[in-house]
Amino acid sequence: MRATVLVRPKQGILDPQGEAVESSLRRLGFAVAEARVGRLVDVEIDGDDPAAARKQLERMCEQLLANPLIESYEIEFPAA
Amino acid sequence: MSDSAPHPRIGVVTFPGSNDDRDAAWALRALGAEPVPVWHADPALPELAAVVLPGGFSYGDYLRCGAIARFSPAMEAVAAFAAEGGLVLGICNGFQILCEAGLLPGVLRLNASLSFVCRDVRLTVERSDTLFTARCVAGQSLTIPVKHGEGCWFAPDELVADLLDRGQIVLRYAEPCNGSVADVAGVVNGERNVMGLMPHPEHAVDPLLGSADGALVLASLVDAARDRVAVTV
Repeated sequence: MRATVLVRPKQGILDPQGEAVESSLRRLGFAVAEARVGRLVDVEIDGDDPAAARKQLERMCEQLLANPLIESYEIEFPAA
Repeated sequence: MSDSAPHPRIGVVTFPGSNDDRDAAWALRALGAEPVPVWHADPALPELAAVVLPGGFSYGDYLRCGAIARFSPAMEAVAAFAAEGGLVLGICNGFQILCEAGLLPGVLRLNASLSFVCRDVRLTVERSDTLFTARCVAGQSLTIPVKHGEGCWFAPDELVADLLDRGQIVLRYAEPCNGSVADVAGVVNGERNVMGLMPHPEHAVDPLLGSADGALVLASLVDAARDRVAVTV
């Protein structure tokens, strides 16, 4: 099954990339209050039990995909 | 090797994408050590008195700097070496790897300026009571070059306060550099046998290169390595 992991800079953590994107969007004329830049990882995982897959994905995030000091993560299962 | 080895054997690990391994080996040799090349795929270390993780872009800096190198067989051996009390110095990418591996506190992030910074910087020695800075005096100013895009050290406030209390913040930038929390340029672990720093001491070991201040750091490591019984893992 397919899962999408979204990794974001934690709230309150300075995000210079997001700030640069935000000011560029404003320069284009968009009324943007805030932009934050994270990372997206699509994972194709064996099995069809979403609960078991979620457990594995959480371990992937904690061990590699996110750095818990600065990043939060969210796991999504896109509708097939 | 015995603990009185005149030329202590210091391993220099080469990962795919390391590019300061030869400079590190050259500087260590110039300062009286015997540099020993270690390949990232080596699952065991030869008999060594210390290990240096050099600068570069291990594994292309994929995902986060240092995040992938942490899983290389050599790094597992280095982690075991450190756990036995072995001396480990990480420079630039080596510092990033040690943070990602959990051997040093904090994490290195994209510079606050978003720009790669490549120049000599002034540093202040906060602690000379570490094996890596024993040749310095507290408060001393050092000029050592940096060259990195992701050297902005970050740790939560409580952790920074703890590290300051325990004397683990060893080097600080004396001028704006990359946006590091508390101007941190180098830290040691709680056991004080593992250190990481973003500046490159191996590029500053001869006045001809603009500064020889880096030699104070590396020669401190060589002194400490000379005093140690080599650890085999």
